[in-house]
Amino acid sequence: MEIQLKNIIEALLFVSDKPLSINQLKQITDNEKKELTSCLNELIADYESRNSGLQLLNIAGGYQLCTRPGLAPWINRLYTSRQLRRLSPAALETLAIIAYRQPIIRAEIEVVRGVDVSGILRTLIEKSLIRIMGRKKVPGRPIMYGTTQEFLLHFGLEDLACLPKMEELKELLPADEPEGEVREGG
Amino acid sequence: MYQVKLGVFEGPLDLLLHLIRKHELDIYDIPIVMITQQYMEYLKLMETLNLDIAGEFLVMASTLIYIKSRTLLPSACDEEDEAEDPRAQLVQQLLEYKRFKHAAQQLREYEEEREEVFTRQAPPPEDIATDEDPGLEVSLFELLRCFQQVVDRVGHVDYYEVSAESNVSVEQQTEFVLNKLSVHKQMSFEDLFEEQNTKLQLIVTFLALLELIRHQRLLVRQPVPFGQILIYAVDSPNNSTAH
Repeated sequence: MEIQLKNIIEALLFVSDKPLSINQLKQITDNEKKELTSCLNELIADYESRNSGLQLLNIAGGYQLCTRPGLAPWINRLYTSRQLRRLSPAALETLAIIAYRQPIIRAEIEVVRGVDVSGILRTLIEKSLIRIMGRKKVPGRPIMYGTTQEFLLHFGLEDLACLPKMEELKELLPADEPEGEVREGG
Repeated sequence: MYQVKLGVFEGPLDLLLHLIRKHELDIYDIPIVMITQQYMEYLKLMETLNLDIAGEFLVMASTLIYIKSRTLLPSACDEEDEAEDPRAQLVQQLLEYKRFKHAAQQLREYEEEREEVFTRQAPPPEDIATDEDPGLEVSLFELLRCFQQVVDRVGHVDYYEVSAESNVSVEQQTEFVLNKLSVHKQMSFEDLFEEQNTKLQLIVTFLALLELIRHQRLLVRQPVPFGQILIYAVDSPNNSTAH
C-alpha cells in the first residue's frame, strides 16, 4: 500500500486518546497546515459518506475520532460501570459565569449567583474544568479563574466562540419571561 | 400550602425567580410586599423542616425588607427627578442571574449531547516494561514502614558494636543494590537487607535505594496493598547488567 498523508493522519487520530491539534500533526508529519487541513476535511467527509460508526470531530482546538451519537446504547452495554460525569446545576451555573466572563474573580461570580462559590470552585479545579489565570491587580490580589481545554472537551465545544452569544441569551429572555404575562395575556 | 421541591434552589436569587415565575409576576415590576411575604414564608418552611438556611437567604431577606420599607415610606427625594426605583438593583441582579441560568441550561444540553459520543479511552498507565502486573506504586510512607520492620528485626543485635572501619558509603551500597538486582532482576524489600547486620549499613543501604528510585534505576512495587514490596531492575542503557 502506498502510504498517503491521509492514512498517516487517520492512524494518528485512531491511536490518540486526546484531540490532536493541527500543530501536533504538523510536527509529527512535517507537512504544511494547508495540506493537513485538506486531508482532515477529506477524512471528515469520508466518514460521513460511508455512513461509518465513527465521526471525525473538530473539538477543543483539535481533531478527534468519536463514535456516532446513536450508538451510545450499545457502548453503554460494553462499559456497564461507566459513570456519568454530569455536573450539578450549581457547578453549571458557576461554569457558565466563568466561561462568559473570564478572567473573573470569585467575588464577581458570587455577585451574580448570590451564594458562596468557594467549594464549587475547588471542585471545578479538581476536575480541571477551570484553572487559575493569575491575580487581579486590585487590593488583595484575588485569584482570577478561566476555563480549560477540559471544559471544551466536556461539553464537546470546538472553542469558546462556539458558546451562544450573551446577546442571544438575552434575546431568549423575554420569550420565557413569566409565561402568563406574555403568552396568556391574549 | 407550598408544594416545594426541597433542595432545588441554588440560592436566594433562584428562589426569587421561582416565586416570580410561579405567581406570573413581571420581573420589571415586582410587587415587593407580596414577594417579600412569599419569600419569608418559604424561609419559615425551611425552618420548620429543620433545613439549614444558608446565610445568603437571610441576606436576601433583609434586602427585601429594606426595599419594602423604602417603597412604603414617603420618599424625601420624591421631588427630585423621578427618584430611582429601590427595586432597580435587585431587578438587574435577577436578570443577570437569569441570563446565566440560561447559559447553564445550554451547557447542560451540550453535556447531554456529548455523553452520546465516545472516544478512545486513555490506556491504563504502564510505565514498567514487564508483562506481569506490576502492582501499586509504593509510597514513601509504606517504604519507611517496611524499613522500620527491617530495622526492628536487626537493630538491637549489634547495638554495641562500634566499628571504626564501618565506612559504608551510599555509593558503595548503590553498587551493592545494583549488583544484587543484576543477579535476581526482582527481589523483595526484606531480601535486600538480609545479609546486613548493622544499623548503619541498613540505613545507608536504604538511602542508596531511595537514591536509585529517584534516578529511576529501579522500581518498587507492591502487588497487594500493605503486602510485600518488590524491587525490580530497570533496563537502562547506562545500567550494564550481565546480559
